[in-house]
Amino acid sequence: MKFKTFAAFVGPSVFMMLLFIAAPLVSVFIQSFQVTQPILEQVEVETCTPGFLTQTCTTETKTVPVLDENGKTMTETSWVGFQSYRNVLQMDKFWEAVGNGSWNDINQIDFWRALRFTLMFTLLTLPMVLIVGLAIALAVNNAVRSIRGPVIFISLLPFIITPVIGSLSIYWLFVGDGILTRLMEQWSGQNISMFAQAWTIELLMYFFRVWNNAPFAFVIFYAGLQTVNMDTLESAVIDGASRWERLRHVIIPHLMPLIIFIALIHLMDVYRVFEEIVGFRSQAHVISLQWLTYDFMTPDDAGNRAMSRASASAMLTMIGIVFLLILPLRRTWRDHKGSAN
Amino acid sequence: MSTPKAMQQSFALRFSSGAFLAFWCLIAAFPIFWIAVMSFKSPVDAFAASPWDVITGPATRANGDGLSILDIVVGLVVLYFAIRWAFTRLPGLVRQYCPPGMIVLGWVIGAIAYGILFVLVFFTLMPLILGPINSLLGPLGSPILGLTTEHYVAVWGENEFYRNFLNSMLVTAGVVTVSLTVGTLAGYGLARSGSDLAFWLLILALIFRALPHSVLVAGYLPVFINSSEILAPIFGEGAPTLYGQPWAVIAVLVAINQPFTIWMLRSFFQNIPAELDEAARVDGCSHFQAFRRVIMPVMWPGVITTGLFSFLLGYNDFLVTSLLLDAQNQTMVPAIAGYFNRETTTTDQVEAVAAAVSITAPLFLLVMIFQRQIVSGLTAGAVKG
Repeated sequence: MKFKTFAAFVGPSVFMMLLFIAAPLVSVFIQSFQVTQPILEQVEVETCTPGFLTQTCTTETKTVPVLDENGKTMTETSWVGFQSYRNVLQMDKFWEAVGNGSWNDINQIDFWRALRFTLMFTLLTLPMVLIVGLAIALAVNNAVRSIRGPVIFISLLPFIITPVIGSLSIYWLFVGDGILTRLMEQWSGQNISMFAQAWTIELLMYFFRVWNNAPFAFVIFYAGLQTVNMDTLESAVIDGASRWERLRHVIIPHLMPLIIFIALIHLMDVYRVFEEIVGFRSQAHVISLQWLTYDFMTPDDAGNRAMSRASASAMLTMIGIVFLLILPLRRTWRDHKGSAN
Repeated sequence: MSTPKAMQQSFALRFSSGAFLAFWCLIAAFPIFWIAVMSFKSPVDAFAASPWDVITGPATRANGDGLSILDIVVGLVVLYFAIRWAFTRLPGLVRQYCPPGMIVLGWVIGAIAYGILFVLVFFTLMPLILGPINSLLGPLGSPILGLTTEHYVAVWGENEFYRNFLNSMLVTAGVVTVSLTVGTLAGYGLARSGSDLAFWLLILALIFRALPHSVLVAGYLPVFINSSEILAPIFGEGAPTLYGQPWAVIAVLVAINQPFTIWMLRSFFQNIPAELDEAARVDGCSHFQAFRRVIMPVMWPGVITTGLFSFLLGYNDFLVTSLLLDAQNQTMVPAIAGYFNRETTTTDQVEAVAAAVSITAPLFLLVMIFQRQIVSGLTAGAVKG
C-alpha cells in the first residue's frame, strides 16, 4: 500500500486522536504552569443610610473584579512555575508527616491519600481478578455444555452494566437500611454501617471491582482454555501429574500471553478508578487520583473551577500510569522483538 | 468425545466446581436482580428488613397495587409469546418491508417499533382488560404480589427522565456512527499496511488508550468554555461555545474511543484474507474501490461487534459527559447523580433505583441479543495475541 493511500485511510482517525488526545495533553501541560485569575481592584465604596439630621455614611474598601465592556469578569493568566504542583503535592506537609512518622497525617493530604488508594487498589485487584476469572473459566469448562450459555450470559451482566449504576446497586444493598446490612445486623446483633469508615468502603470497592472485571478475565481465559493442547495434558497425566500440577505446568503456561494481556488492560482500566467513588459517595473517606482531578474541575459554590490545580494533578496522574505500565510494556516489547527474530 | 479414564473427575471435584459456579452466578446476578425488585415496591417494602417482604411487598399490596395470580399467569404468557415472536416473526417482517441495503436501519426501526408496541400492550392494554376481570373473579383475582410502577411514572414523567434518555441516545448514536466510520477506514489501512509507521501508530494508540479520561477533560474544559472567543478569528461572530454541546462531546468520546476501535477492527480485518482485495486490485480497482466493493460486504460481523463496544463507552460514560455537558443536555448516567443530592426521603431513593434500572434495562437486552458478538469481541484481540 502506498503511503498516500495509507494516509488517506488512517488520516481521519489520526486527526481525531491528535486533535482530541494529543492536543489536550499539551494544553494540560501548559495550563499546569499557569494560573488564571480574575483581575481584582480595590474600590472605595461609600454607603449611606438615612438617619436623623444627617445621613450616616461609612466608607470601606472593597475588592471587586474588573469588568470588561460586556460586563464579563476580566481574567489574567500568569506563569507560576511549579506553584500548582506544590499546591497539589503539599510537600512541606508531607515531609513533616513523614518526619513525625504519622501515617494519619499523610492521609490528611488529598493527593497522597488518593495516590495510596489508587496504587494499592490497582495492584491488589489485579491478582484477585486473575484468580477469580480463571476459577470461573475452569468451572465453566468443567460444566455440562448446556448450561454454559446461560452462565456466560449471567457472567456478562456485571461487566456490561454501567459502572456507576453497578456500584450504586451494591451501595443500595449495603446502605444503612439495605437488605444485606440488615441481614448482617441480624446475625451479629450489632449496629453496622458500611459507609461510615474507610476500611469497609474499601472492602466493598474491592468487591465491586472484582465483580465488575472478573467476567472480562473469565471470557478471555475461557476462550484460551478451548485451545489447550489435549495431547500435552494426556501425556502429563501419563507422567503422573496431579490435577494441580497439570494446572500449574500445562494450563497456566499456555494461558500466559492472555494473563499478560489481561494484566495490561486491567492496569490501564483500574488505575482510572473513579465510578466507585461516585456510586458509593465515599469522597469523605476514600478518593482516587482521577476523582481528585474531577473534583478540582467541578465548579465550587462560587462557580470557579480550580483548573491549574486540576492540570497539575492530571499531569501527576499521567506520570503515575507511565510508571505503572513501563514494566509490562517492556516485557511485551521484548516478546515482540523475540518473536520477530 | 469420551474423556479418558485418567482425566475423569472425582465427584467431590465436580460438585465443588458446580457449587462455585452456582455461587458466582448468584453473586453476579443478585445486585442487579435486587435493584430491579426494589424499583417496583413502595419505599417501605423496598427497604424492608426481611428479604421476603421486599419480594412480596405487603405494604405495596396494602396500597392496592399488586398482581393477582391471573395477572402473573397472563403476563408470563404474553411475555413468552412476545419474546418468541421477536425471534421468529420479526426478522421476516423486517426483511420483507425493508429496502435492500438499508437492513441495519430497518432493524433499528423494527426494534424501536416492536419495543413501543410491547410497552403499549403490556402496560396499557393488559391492565385495562385484566382490571375488570380481576374484580369479577373474587379471591383468585385479589393481589398476592405487591408491585407498583409509580416510581417509573415519577421518574419518566415528572422528572422528565425521557429528556436525558433522548440525550443519551443522541450521544451514543453519534459516537457509534462516527467512530465506526473513522475506525473502519483506519483499521483497514492498518491491517493492510505492514509498514513501520503503522506499527508505531498502533503503539501510540495503545499509549493513548492508557490515559485516564480526567487528564484529557482537564485539557478540554477551559478551551471548550472559552471556545467562542478562541474560535472568533476563524468563524467570526457565530463561533460556537463548545461547552454543553452534544456534538462536541460526541467528538471527544469518538477520539477517546479511537485507539480501542482501531485495534479491534484491525484484528478483524486481518482475519479477512488479503487475497480478496488483491484480486479486486488485479481487476483494476483502486484501494478505495476494493474497500467499498469487496471488503465492506464481508466486514459487518467485526463492525457490529466493535459498534457494541463503542455503544457501551458512549452509554456508560460518566466523567466526560458530566463535566462537558450542561444540565439541559445531560445524559442519563450523570443525571442520576442529581438524585444523590435530593435523596432525602426514601421515596427519592426508590425513584433513583427506578432510574438506575431504567438505565440498565437496554444493556440487559443488548447482552441478550448480542451475547455471541460481545464474547467474540472480547476474545478477538486477546487470543490471537
